[in-house]
Formats: sequence, structure tokens, C-alpha cells
Amino acid sequence: MLKPECINKYETVVIGASTGGIDALRTIFSFLPADFKQAIIVVLHLSPQSRALPQVLNRQCRMVIKEAEEKEEIRGGVIYIAPANYHLMVEEDKTFSLSLEGPVNYARPSIDVLFETAADVYGENLIGIILTGGNKDGSQGVKKIKKGGGLAIVQDPSTANVDSMPRAAIAASEVDHILSLDKIGLLLADRLPAPD
Amino acid sequence: MKNSASENIEVKLLLEAIYLKYGYDFRNYAMASIKRRLFHRLLASELKSLSEMQHKLLYDSAFFETILLDFSINVTEMFRDPSFYLALRKEVIPVLKTYPFIKVWNAGCSSGEEVYSMAILLNEESLYARTQIYATDYNEFILNKARDGIFPIDCMKKYTSNYIKAGGKKSFSDYYTAKYDSAIMEKSLKAKVVFADHNLVTDRVFGEMNLIMCRNVLIYFDKKLQNRVLKLFHESLCHGGFLCLGSKESLRFSECADDFENVVKGEVIYKKKHK
Repeated sequence: MLKPECINKYETVVIGASTGGIDALRTIFSFLPADFKQAIIVVLHLSPQSRALPQVLNRQCRMVIKEAEEKEEIRGGVIYIAPANYHLMVEEDKTFSLSLEGPVNYARPSIDVLFETAADVYGENLIGIILTGGNKDGSQGVKKIKKGGGLAIVQDPSTANVDSMPRAAIAASEVDHILSLDKIGLLLADRLPAPD
Repeated sequence: MKNSASENIEVKLLLEAIYLKYGYDFRNYAMASIKRRLFHRLLASELKSLSEMQHKLLYDSAFFETILLDFSINVTEMFRDPSFYLALRKEVIPVLKTYPFIKVWNAGCSSGEEVYSMAILLNEESLYARTQIYATDYNEFILNKARDGIFPIDCMKKYTSNYIKAGGKKSFSDYYTAKYDSAIMEKSLKAKVVFADHNLVTDRVFGEMNLIMCRNVLIYFDKKLQNRVLKLFHESLCHGGFLCLGSKESLRFSECADDFENVVKGEVIYKKKHK
């Protein structure tokens, strides 16, 4: 089932993670080269008090990591993290917008909100990745990414710290890859060996 | 053409219809959020498409009122982001104290939580007697709630904690009376407040303000509209007047970036530059 993907044809990667997400993101980021071409946009559920997430994730990462800012232009080669307590959305002109609308799936930022608005803008040029987590946020977003012709990757539930979020995403749509964190990292870095 | 592109056309036509029929102008709102809210409403209705929804709201003004409330996000707290209010107290109030009379505009005041916070702050700094606060919103329903100054009692624990972190000098419970499930704010707090219907998108300048507070309103506008509103704020401020935005808002990506300077590190408090 695993076919080599040409990562270069994609423009942007969106990642959603919840419980256990910091370690999972660190693992994936450690595989990415400093000149990684795509923009990566991350929603990680955390408490409204958390502040220094970009700094926390910065270790072992060669790419630039920053908090996504309102009206900021999305540039390739940068990892953007959703600010705590706001929904993060992608606008048609490929800039970010923020919103204080109520929680979606009990979460703000919500993975579904980011994934659905990104799918609208990037269509088939989008990769969506769901990692470890204890709810079902992201499953509708993955569905929308698949509907728009994008690529859906889910962390192998048997390797996840908490498996309900990956399981919900797999149940909601026909995802393209179910992989361990190392393999997701290698796939993004275009170093995943072709299957025998 | 992709489906999402056709949906975007439907959204634009619907907003145009609202503008032509009812005069409310959402055409320069940040689209991703507007689109989400419209689709949310669509799913909750028996309608099949945004085009059908457009037809319905043209002929059914009650349905339009529902959409209008969907578009108005009223998430607010008293002393929201306490560090902002603490900075206001420490860095901005001393400057305001040098003026004989102070005019404050809370633009997009929603249900009024920040209006009462500001009134409490000015009161404790002995400035309230020579202050005039203008509290405006385009949503008449929510503006009436602000006028009433009655908030759920359940919120008071959070607000009290915010108030203390914001450097409050008294006991927060001095400012309200608890009755059943409600906290009724002290009447004297609105003695110097004028609540008025004002639409930032379509209405004009408010003159000679010393401080404008507009928090978490601009995030719902697109760049063009943000620039328009920031210019309106610039014109409405006196020389050296202060502009306070939400904690994730900034002038960095706007055309007004050079017209203001950030005066408090780590807080979104700007001062109008002398030209």
C-alpha cells in the first residue's frame, strides 16, 4: 500500500496533535532538513496558559519555528504553531487569520478548523497529518483534505501515546498512509525507502 | 473550477445581498471564518446551498437576524488578559493623569465587560470623574446587554482572579450586587459611559480621543478593512493618544505600522506618533 510520494508537488503540510503531541512533533521535526521546502502549520491542543511552545519545539529542529501571527503571509520552509486559545485559519490569499469563536470538539485551537480552511485554499497541494491525541478533533478536517484531493497521513495508532485521535481519523475517511513517527519524518524528508 | 472556488463565489454573492438589502457590510471580513459560520448555519437549516440561503435571507428578515448574530462573535471577559490592564495602570494612566479631561473610546465593546473594567480602573486611579467613555458596537442586541451591565454570577470567580492579577486595589465584590444567578454591576460605573450604535465598517471618525481600546475585533477583518479602521482610529486620536488592541493583534502587517509606536514591551499598546 505504501507508494513513494513525491513530496515536492505539495505546497503545505498541516499537522494536528493533542496529548503526547510535543514529543511526537519533536520526533518528526528531527528528520526535516534546514532547507525543507513546504510550510508546516501545527495545531497542538494545550492549556490557554502555555506560551513558549515554539521555543519548546525548537530543540532538535533545523527549520525556523514560530507562532503563527494574524495576517502573516505563509512562507515555505517555516513551521508555524497556532497560538494558544485562538482558532487558526488559512485565508484565500495564503495568510493566517485568528478567531475566538467557541471551541470546536472542545478545543481552541481546533485541528478541524485549521484543516478545513487549509483544504479550501490548498486543495490537492495539501498534506494533512494526525498524530497522538485523546479525542476526535481532526477527523472531519482529514475528510475534507481527502475530498479536495490532498494527502492524508495518520500516526499508526499502535505507536501513539493516546490512540483515539488517530483511530477517529482512520475511521472517518480512507487515509493514504498509517505510519510510525519515524516513517512520517522520513516520508516528509523524501527519504522513505520504496517498499520491497 | 474547484468546488471551493464556487463556494467562495456563493459567499461573496450572499454578503453582497446582505449589504444591498440590509446595509450591513461584511464584504471585507476575513472570509475563512465567515464561510465556516455560514456553513455551520447551513447544516443546522433545511437549506441545500448558500445560494438558497441567500434567497431566504433576502425575503425573511428574521432569518437574517439569525445570520447577523452568527457573524457577531461576543467572546469577552472583565479584565481580559490581566497583564494588559496592569500595564495600562502602570504605564498609561500616569500619562492620562496629566490631562484635564479624558476621552476613551471602546470600539466593538460587545456585551460591555471591558467597558466596566475600564471604568473600575479609572475609578481606582481617581480619573473617572473627568473621563468620558464612548462604548460602541454595531450589534444593538449586544449593546443593550452592555447597557444593562448584568453578567452571569458564575463568571465572577474568573473576573475576580483577573481583577487581582490586573492590580485591583479593592475587593472586586464591591463593584456588583449578586442577585439569583446574576451579578449586577454598580450603577455609578456607567455614569460616564455613553453607549452608542456605531459600525466600524461604515461609520465615521469619533473625535479627539485620548485612548481607543479595540480588542479582538480587527482579527475578523481582512487587510483592506483593517487598514481602513486603523486609519479611522488614527484620525480619531489626539496627538500622543493611545491605541490598545487584542493580545494577538498587531500593526506589523498593516499600512499604519509607521504611524504608531509600541510603548509597552510585551503588550499591544501603541501611541500615536507626532508628525
